[in-house]
Amino acid sequence: MSAVCQYFQVHQPRRLKRYTFYDIGTDSEYFNDDGDRDTNNAKITRKVADKCYLPANEAMLANLKEFPEFKIAYSISGIALEQFEEYTPEVVESFKRLVDTGRVEILGETYYHSLAFLESPKEFREQIRMHADKVRALFGVRPSVFRNTELIFRNDIAEEIANLGYLGMLAEGADHLLEWRKPTFVYHAKGDESFKLLLKHYKLSDDIAFRFSNKDWEEWPLTAPKFAQWVNAHNGDGHVINLFMDYETFGEHQWEDTGIFHFLRAMPREILRHADNKFVTPREALEQYPSVGEIDAPQYVSWADIERDLSAWKSNPIQHDALRAFFALEDDVKRSGNEDLLRDWRRLSTSDHFYYMCTKWFHDGDVHRYFSPYDSPYEAFIAYMNALNDVRARVQSAPTEKHRRSFWQTLSRKSHAVLEALRS
Amino acid sequence: MYGWEFPPHFSGGLGIACHGLVRSLVADGVDMRFVLPRKFPVAYTGATMLFANEANPLDAEQTELFASGYMTEERFRFLQGQYPELQYGPSLFDEVLRYAARSPMVALSQQPDVIHAHDWLCFPAGMAAKRATGVPLVVHVHATEFDRTGFRSVNQAIYNIERRGMHEADKIVTVSEYTKQIIVEHYGVDPSKITVVYNGIDPDSEMVMTPEEAVVHRLKERGWGIVLAHGRLTMQKGLDYYLRAAKRVVDVRPNTAFIVSGSGDMAEQLIEQAAYYGIGDKVFFVGWTKGRAVSRLYRMADLFVMPSVSEPYGLVPLESLLNDTPVLISKQSGVSEVLQHALKTDFWDVDDMANKIIAVLDHPSLHHTLATEGAREARSQVWQRVAERCMMVYKQVVKMITRV
Repeated sequence: MSAVCQYFQVHQPRRLKRYTFYDIGTDSEYFNDDGDRDTNNAKITRKVADKCYLPANEAMLANLKEFPEFKIAYSISGIALEQFEEYTPEVVESFKRLVDTGRVEILGETYYHSLAFLESPKEFREQIRMHADKVRALFGVRPSVFRNTELIFRNDIAEEIANLGYLGMLAEGADHLLEWRKPTFVYHAKGDESFKLLLKHYKLSDDIAFRFSNKDWEEWPLTAPKFAQWVNAHNGDGHVINLFMDYETFGEHQWEDTGIFHFLRAMPREILRHADNKFVTPREALEQYPSVGEIDAPQYVSWADIERDLSAWKSNPIQHDALRAFFALEDDVKRSGNEDLLRDWRRLSTSDHFYYMCTKWFHDGDVHRYFSPYDSPYEAFIAYMNALNDVRARVQSAPTEKHRRSFWQTLSRKSHAVLEALRS
Repeated sequence: MYGWEFPPHFSGGLGIACHGLVRSLVADGVDMRFVLPRKFPVAYTGATMLFANEANPLDAEQTELFASGYMTEERFRFLQGQYPELQYGPSLFDEVLRYAARSPMVALSQQPDVIHAHDWLCFPAGMAAKRATGVPLVVHVHATEFDRTGFRSVNQAIYNIERRGMHEADKIVTVSEYTKQIIVEHYGVDPSKITVVYNGIDPDSEMVMTPEEAVVHRLKERGWGIVLAHGRLTMQKGLDYYLRAAKRVVDVRPNTAFIVSGSGDMAEQLIEQAAYYGIGDKVFFVGWTKGRAVSRLYRMADLFVMPSVSEPYGLVPLESLLNDTPVLISKQSGVSEVLQHALKTDFWDVDDMANKIIAVLDHPSLHHTLATEGAREARSQVWQRVAERCMMVYKQVVKMITRV
């Protein structure tokens, strides 16, 4: 018996424009590039909506209507949701239609798709709460299963999430976590049998996400019947097959002309052809299957790159420096009581900013470059540090702003009183 | 192989490039005869050195003055007035043509398989040798007239020589895709005839100093940021843009010093420009520096800037990286095609240049990452690879000829 558990990540960062040193103190709009570059967030959101979100949602909705057994889950970052609301409201509507079927689960994550857990448990919790509120406001559901940014996992993160009341969370089915064990079972976090874990089946997930259109791959072309066969081969070999991937796989990473949407539409029928197969959402998987063992992760594990660690975001000196400078501002920003300032600072917590600064893959200019809107990791760093310096400058000037506001408030209150007096 | 300048007495990248290429080709077993227009002292490479004119040999000092691949007509006229005893022709052109006139004799006596000529100064010599022997000709373009003049005042006669040389050659080697593009667009050459061979750098050369050897500047001890530019002070090198960026930087970061190392016909203009901007006290013109003195400058600087308007290749950023100093280079350069771990800017984008200079000075992490990753990259640009690429071109032209 194989249950297929599908989760798709939906995320769009607010990319920083090429914010220069000379903008510090004069321009506090960091994300408003409206030109031709790929740092134009409105442009990118529109593009990805047209290529991926809208057609993929349409295919998913068709699948849900055609197959009552079909189920899926999404994790949609808050910063992506707010950009959809701003630039492509029809995307929000189409996700709502999916959720309204009752067979689409929304997972919890940090609002800003951030790395807050690295230094600040407090900020981590606040962003998780913000995200849950946003999901409830838009979709009327409350997330009960958690997925952390880029599937990053460690024992202490599991503990933190368990304390927040989540049933369980997702993680990468990394070989060194599982050792001889299979990712097709449900596991539990170290020292907590009630907090369950679903581990990504990276072989089958990556067959779709990365290899689907690769003509050098011996299995190319990948058809739905072939994929269903691989799923069937797991019968009697576990409980659940976790297919976790970026939603942008459909139409954005694998373009429409690769046949990815046909695959998407044909897959449920082929999977369900086998009487023992079914679909489950992460919550159902956690509730239906017992844990078969404990996962001990003293080190960070993620789903990125071959290393499956944090090196994509935190390995070279510029990344360390940027993270340090970011967290150093937390207390001051929060103390300022300035909501705009707090929002902008939080937008700078998004993991993508640090990903763009990665140099480890820079040598052979491989696929990762595809994901960066900057000419080099150094350009990304320079823009980031300049913007952060502007945040710092605003923090320092915040008390005066407050002072000025209270001055105007007093003034208006006084004039109000004078008017009242005149009227009477 | 026909050259014009050669170490140890040279004035620019041409001499260094010839030296590196000759050494590697000889190491690969090529029987190399290297021809220079006049007799002057040269560094040992293992190649047989020939001089088209054995009479009136130059001494070291005269070589530095005359045997420059970057000579201009005005400077030549001035020099030959100063040194009448050397019996130079009345103009640089005469000298180029005299080289060409003597070249067939040299070629016939050596019986080469391939003739390789560097830049316009040697193109007439190469063409004459080809006509005399019927041997295939490879011309190597290190710089075009457009680069040297920054696309402003192209000398028609030099352009004509370049164009003829490129069209008469069987193959053309350029030092970058950037230069290849200029040749295709401005000289009407078929792109399939052109092969790009990036220059190398010798990581063991005496240019590289250990940190202990370097003298740290007094200003640095006082916490100043030090920015360096090094090159001929001509239109091509874009130092006027560098000074404009310097003005922008100093406005917001007063503790920054800008060093300009080099000499050339724009020196006075640049000094006046710095004074006009009111940053005369922040810009230091240190004159023409070479050898260990340059290494010391590299070591001293926090950032090396190459603001060239048009740079076919650009060896200096690699030298800087070998000395662990990060670089900010113009996108209008060949070397920007091979360096990933460098900051890049359009030479005219003064604000962007200033923004990046400040970033490197203000963020040690950026300096550190650019320096270590960049040095690794520079060390991988070995001459060995350059020689292999040249050999490939030689084999192609020889095959082309024998097939006909």
